Amino acid sequence: MAQHKVNYTQNGGLPIALTSVDKIVNWGRSNSLWALTYGLACCGIEMMASGASRYDFDRFGTIFRASPRQADVMIVAGTLTKKHAEFIKRLYDQMTEPRWVISMGSCANTGGMFNTYATVQGVDRIIPVDLYLPGCAPRPETLQYGVMLLQKKIRANHASKAQKAKRLM
Amino acid sequence: MRAYTPKDNVQAKPYYTDRFYKSPQVAKFAPQSDEVFNADLEAIKAKFDVLDAFIQVEQLVVYINAKDNYGVLELLKDELEYTQLSEMSAIDWLADRGGFEVFYQMLSMNKRKRIRIKLFIEDGQAVNSVEKLFRSADWSEREMFDMFGIEANGHPFMKRILMPYDWQGNPLLKTYPLQGDEFAALYEVDKIYGKEAREEIGPEIRDTARVDRYDSDRFSRLGHEVPKGTEITGNEPANEQSYQEDGGVFLIKKFDKESSVIIDDPQR
Repeated sequence: MAQHKVNYTQNGGLPIALTSVDKIVNWGRSNSLWALTYGLACCGIEMMASGASRYDFDRFGTIFRASPRQADVMIVAGTLTKKHAEFIKRLYDQMTEPRWVISMGSCANTGGMFNTYATVQGVDRIIPVDLYLPGCAPRPETLQYGVMLLQKKIRANHASKAQKAKRLM
Repeated sequence: MRAYTPKDNVQAKPYYTDRFYKSPQVAKFAPQSDEVFNADLEAIKAKFDVLDAFIQVEQLVVYINAKDNYGVLELLKDELEYTQLSEMSAIDWLADRGGFEVFYQMLSMNKRKRIRIKLFIEDGQAVNSVEKLFRSADWSEREMFDMFGIEANGHPFMKRILMPYDWQGNPLLKTYPLQGDEFAALYEVDKIYGKEAREEIGPEIRDTARVDRYDSDRFSRLGHEVPKGTEITGNEPANEQSYQEDGGVFLIKKFDKESSVIIDDPQR
């Protein structure tokens, strides 16, 4: 038998830890939130800075993935134009469930200063959004705080229950 | 938000005009005042009709007939050393004169001079493509088609360049509303969810400064947060938001707002 360092005075002398399914699943989900690289505009620069060594998203288990099929959270970082709207929907549909969306910055939240014919006035017209981050652009600290809030939101949900798929309509 | 006023004939009817106001014009000089420009203009005049020509801001402006544009640009490129087409587009004069002014901005690196060739076309009229002469005209003519609806005859790929292919309307026309017409406002909804989703998703909220503290779907009052969708009646009790669960995390001390001290004495 392998040499386990087991404290035989705890847990009835067994090398086990007891927890609930909710907690262990949510622990896994919330601590490895793989984000889709989705920098649409200048907010993307702040998102990249969050991922780089100075702010280091890896501490939270957040690693940027280049494929929606490997991603759990979509960080919509920047202005969404009407021409691009169908593609954000397609990428969102390609992500596996459970999936979350962070709308980063004024443009993604409401269209921001682009009050024009060519800009989608908020990504929540296209996909359901979990978290809105204010700012133009939000600093990396804001995005980190946002991810921590999302982790908290994930941990507050029941994992064992089949999650109802989020639909805009 | 500022009320929307229809801008169908903004050119014909300015917002405000002083009776005695005379809009300043940049001074125009005769082409004869510059040797190089004069020689260039004579070379153009020898082969094509020139409607008007003058020097403005050290650049020669030449008005020609719409059908001559390829020939004039070919002459400028091959014989007069204007080897670059630095910019081209159109100007909307529909309300004033019922058409567009198309301009070609030419640059000669050898002569260190710039010439602007201008021509007037009626609404719906097409121009000849100069894409065979200047590769830069490829995208510029597509943009002109996209923004004004002016087609360039002989262009290899006459499609929209900035707006989606299935877009309706030409956004740089003066009559086009900045915030889009009905087609533009519901474009993404129609395309992704279909026309029947219009009512459910609703109109665009164009006032980005709008805050409604009784709307818990879209807003949350700082320090008084309630779950999404809760009906807010009056003053919700203050609630301390913290991003950590009770009990905290290993090695990380939980920031407790209540036990923190606010220092308001700057001379402390």
